Amino acid sequence: MEAFTTHTGRAVPLRRSNVDTDQIIPAVWLKQVSRTGFEKGLFAAWREDPSFVLNDPAYEGASILVSGPDFGTGSSREHAVWALQQYGFRVVISSRFGDIFRNNSTKMGLLPVVLPEDVVERLQAAAEADPKTEITVDLVERQVRQGDLVVPFEIDDYTRWRLMEGLDDIGLTLRHADAIEEYENGRQPWLPTTV
Amino acid sequence: MGRTLAEKVWEQHVVRRAEGEPDLLYIDLHLIHEVTSPQAFDGLRMAGRTVRRPELTIATEDHNVPTVLGPISDPVSRTQVETLRKNAAEFGIRLHPMGDAGQGVVHIIGPQFGLTQPGMTIVCGDSHTSTHGAFGAIAFGIGTSEVEHVLATQTLPAYRPKTMAIEVKGELPVGVTAKDLILAIIAKIGTGGGQGHIVEYRGEAVRKLSMEGRMTVCNMSIEAGARAGMIAPDETTFEYLRGRPHAPKGEAWDQAVAYWKTLRTDDDAEFDKVVEIDASTLTPFVTWGTNPGQGAPLGSVVPSPEQFSDPVERAAAERALEYMGLTAGTPLRDIEVDTVFVGSCTNGRIEDLRAAAEILRGRKVVTRTLIVPGSMGVKKAAEEEGLHEIFKAAGAEWREAGCSMCLGMNPDTLKPGERSASTSNRNFEGRQGKGGRTHLVSPQVAAATAVTGRLTAPADL
Repeated sequence: MEAFTTHTGRAVPLRRSNVDTDQIIPAVWLKQVSRTGFEKGLFAAWREDPSFVLNDPAYEGASILVSGPDFGTGSSREHAVWALQQYGFRVVISSRFGDIFRNNSTKMGLLPVVLPEDVVERLQAAAEADPKTEITVDLVERQVRQGDLVVPFEIDDYTRWRLMEGLDDIGLTLRHADAIEEYENGRQPWLPTTV
Repeated sequence: MGRTLAEKVWEQHVVRRAEGEPDLLYIDLHLIHEVTSPQAFDGLRMAGRTVRRPELTIATEDHNVPTVLGPISDPVSRTQVETLRKNAAEFGIRLHPMGDAGQGVVHIIGPQFGLTQPGMTIVCGDSHTSTHGAFGAIAFGIGTSEVEHVLATQTLPAYRPKTMAIEVKGELPVGVTAKDLILAIIAKIGTGGGQGHIVEYRGEAVRKLSMEGRMTVCNMSIEAGARAGMIAPDETTFEYLRGRPHAPKGEAWDQAVAYWKTLRTDDDAEFDKVVEIDASTLTPFVTWGTNPGQGAPLGSVVPSPEQFSDPVERAAAERALEYMGLTAGTPLRDIEVDTVFVGSCTNGRIEDLRAAAEILRGRKVVTRTLIVPGSMGVKKAAEEEGLHEIFKAAGAEWREAGCSMCLGMNPDTLKPGERSASTSNRNFEGRQGKGGRTHLVSPQVAAATAVTGRLTAPADL
């Protein structure tokens, strides 16, 4: 995956809560067997409404999505992450994320940033007042900056390191192949196989 | 200090633990289906990797499959299913394709085969993997990158979630089901209430649930935001498992049961969070909005957004009422539906079909009613009991096994503006088809609703 250190970009304010992954990418788009082309399905139903924020040309090229709470709830579809990235987003900011979505994001290098609800509101208001407003998301310093506003965010050291290095999880795990094998030799004898 | 059930099962599966890193967790069973696996297999091929333990992996076709006999007419869906067949053959994974006696919804067939057992770790590229927690397993949904990771390594790096107890006091009144219970729990704690936690459902009402009822409860843990849901195994669990094709046999059975009996939260263990709910006050529960937390007793009315003090919840309610085409103050029993759906990994098991049949016996449906068994095994069992004859006599459609109308990936969908009473798990905007409106209900309420055309409890008939 693409490494993430610090990113500065314009933001799209999405003033909705419980943005479930069925909204991010409807199920009909999940029939694809490739990993590309999902940007066209991003928020497909909502984009039919001309007043939907992504249809506002002022936000074209924005790379940070600032959403209401409980972003990415529901289905485990990683297609939601692919759709956001392929559309051009590198960061999603919300006060709360669905666990699976947040996990999927960090596997792909889309940075999910948890900020308090009042800070999210401030960022949304800033992006609404001036769509050219730039936000900096600094993973190195674990900080979000916008104008005079400097807010820390939490992310565990390991995930931060992996994102900053752009590392593939599987490669990291395979360094512990011996430990896996040793564990396998001690598994309980009654555990089922599918054979 | 004692340990919780979740902690015991987690610790048993730690392959490697290092300071400042997530645990490397061994996965006992990996379930796969056509939707979230193709890109994972591609990833393996690109990296020249293979499937580490194909014999701990099982595949089925469920999301895309039509529930009427015949081939898949949508070429994109067909390609996805054919891709799974190719991948399963290439990597040596057991697959139950359409038409096979073992085919069915991924979370129905695991328990049906006895592959889902207490104390296991189970994952699948599907959020409703939490279903399997009903057996006292840690079971959770993963994305495609993690599917690839499990295929390649049979492990996952993960931090242990926090623990949460949901203590269900008292007994469920007659006519109130596992579905009503979980819908009421989600309404109480919200769609983010369980976020970051493994929930253990406890208490008298939970102990009295059948295995299938327990699966319904654990299935919807994800709708409360929880990473997983669990119920400690007991005699009900052991009886359900005994004799199933992949359950331990002979001496291994005794060994397994002895271990499974240790899988309970110690009396002195502490949960990070505890929620209590009184089962004895519950009544049939339905959703009125566009997330599973927007639910209310069937006997109540569509709420007014002003009732919500939290501005975010108020805005969500306003938007939900607009999407759902509902007016605040309307009795929920006055809401008319076009379609009734009984099925899915939430309520597509034999007890669900029996409950629906009991209500439809000798009655006629007035709406389009789809009865979709969760697996071919469930279908066979239902037909042996003659349930299909009851459904057909009532005017309902008796279908083949699949995910069907739970999500708009196969021909069973709602048209824009159509309204359903559905035994599935998600009432999200467009979930059952673009513009469709979903009310989540129990199989009993679904069947009674099919008879009247309005949201109805069996007791109203």
